[in-house]
Amino acid sequence: MTMQLTHSVSLTPPADKARARASAAAAGIRTEPKLVRIAVITLAVLFLTVFVVLPLVVVFAQAFSKGIAAYLAALSEPEAQSAIRLTLLVAAISVGLNLLFGVIAAWAIAKFEFNGKTFLISLIDLPFSVSPVISGLVFVLLFGAQGYWGAWLREHDIQILFAVPGIVLATTFVTFPFVARALIPLMQEQGTQEEEAAISLGASGLQTFFRVTLPNIKWGVLYGVLLCNARAMGEFGAVSVVSGHIRGETNTMPLFVEILYNEYQFVAAFGIASLLAMLALVTLVIKAILERHLDEGQP
Amino acid sequence: MSIEVRNLIKRFGSFTALDGVDLKVENGELLALLGPSGSGKTTLLRIIAGLDWPDEGEVAFNGEDALARGARERNVGFVFQHYALFRHMTVFENVAFGLRVQPRAVRKNEAGIRARVKELLDLVQLDWLADHYPNQLSGGQRQRIALARALAIEPRILLLDEPFGALDAKVRKELRKWLRSLHREINLTSIFVTHDQEEALEVANRLVVMDKGRIEQIGSPGDIYDNPASAFVHGFIGESIVLPVEVAEGSVRFGGSLLNIAPDGAACGASKLFVRRHEMAVGPSGSGVFEGTVHHVRSFGPVQRAEVALAGGEVIEIDAPRGKELHAGDTVGLQPRRYRIFAA
Repeated sequence: MTMQLTHSVSLTPPADKARARASAAAAGIRTEPKLVRIAVITLAVLFLTVFVVLPLVVVFAQAFSKGIAAYLAALSEPEAQSAIRLTLLVAAISVGLNLLFGVIAAWAIAKFEFNGKTFLISLIDLPFSVSPVISGLVFVLLFGAQGYWGAWLREHDIQILFAVPGIVLATTFVTFPFVARALIPLMQEQGTQEEEAAISLGASGLQTFFRVTLPNIKWGVLYGVLLCNARAMGEFGAVSVVSGHIRGETNTMPLFVEILYNEYQFVAAFGIASLLAMLALVTLVIKAILERHLDEGQP
Repeated sequence: MSIEVRNLIKRFGSFTALDGVDLKVENGELLALLGPSGSGKTTLLRIIAGLDWPDEGEVAFNGEDALARGARERNVGFVFQHYALFRHMTVFENVAFGLRVQPRAVRKNEAGIRARVKELLDLVQLDWLADHYPNQLSGGQRQRIALARALAIEPRILLLDEPFGALDAKVRKELRKWLRSLHREINLTSIFVTHDQEEALEVANRLVVMDKGRIEQIGSPGDIYDNPASAFVHGFIGESIVLPVEVAEGSVRFGGSLLNIAPDGAACGASKLFVRRHEMAVGPSGSGVFEGTVHHVRSFGPVQRAEVALAGGEVIEIDAPRGKELHAGDTVGLQPRRYRIFAA
């Protein structure tokens, strides 16, 4: 449940946020007494410190607890390097696939009328409403040795589960909604008039897409890709089920952190974790910049 | 290029937007499609442009089937109600768009495109805005850029959807005049959609009045105003006084009493009497077919507008010329100089 909640919060379309901000500013009359205001603000700051700032500080403190040399040594271990490489590879492939499918899905949903549209939108949301562990199990049921296609895959010597393809599939599935969900409200708001104008001026479908549609949604696309990438690199549950935890082969960074932690290698565990934390910080900064562009509605 | 539309039918679910429309537009004509919202005028325009497809019927350009070609190949200039300018392109690139997406074989070179865009921006008198983005322009400027962009592809037909709908009254008046003179200059077959009768009467050579997916009347502005073909047209074009009457063999009754006017061939039964506000003559009591008491008078310009309560209780508004001033409380006789009776 908590997982779903965080997703839906991070997915509020920027346009909605801008509207909410505007109405909050309009109603910005202070009526609470000073004491209440101070109490509420203190509470909020305290909460943020305990639940967000402190954990972040702990991650870095632990990572550097034995000095920078130990930190760098932990990161340059071959198994750590392999986990980093695998994470980058999986994120690149799944973000690429979701970029392609997400843009196509959003385009179809926002610009065309067809039967079963609501069903399609629900389907796109499915990965968010299913626990990631279940998402992973689905792939085990499909591709596992006892799964539907297990026998056929073994005959043809194709390894999907406990290998890179399985991790890519699971990650792609879990992160599918990000790009599509970032684009659908944006494209619906923009309507189809500019596309109609382009076609009446003699543009082909592809010319219309690349010269009119895409430039209008480019900030939204970047926004979706950013969130998709952050989640793809951080995904644990689904990947954990399909990966098999083979050290140096099918361990992504989050999985490797868990293994190191269970083996009491705290510097190494928090070292890798610090990389993921930095990814999160960079993501937040870029997200803030992108949201400003989206709010302005200006390319 | 002439346009011919035959028996066009278009349904959206259970709603019939066009219900058997026939229309012929002559080469070089400036035609207005006039009607209330939901009358099907925009749908008709979009079908001619190829942005929508009819369920039944034919569309021909110069006798050639247009439905066989998509919007891209019809070479129709379309000006959208909300302009639909490309928001991420400058004014220059907006106008140049249609030239840049042409197939390589016929596409102009960069210098040719620049010259053509310059020429069009001069035509709409906005060459100084070439480097601006659409959101930096006023509504009237956007409208003219949208027109320049549509003209860039040298269309054979120009279609305008509520071209002045989103503009304020003063800009609208200027643009109307400008559009009419532009049409005289380039003499392109043009259709524009409007729900504003004043706009249609002022700009178009010929008017098509639509209601509920059907064409009610086609004619010159003066003809439609003077000889409306149906109760709808009479009520929609110009201000009318409408009174419920009963038509019997050679007689017209209003509220039980016989009116001293001829039914003019109207069918027997419950009917409606239509009189233009300024065609109701006001005289002393007993001088007309109606008797009434003046409730309220407002005088402005050349007319005085009086609210008159008839004997039966109906309150009507009439426009009387100035000179013989009316006053509240006067008892007057009213005589329609011209009237029409349509079945209710």
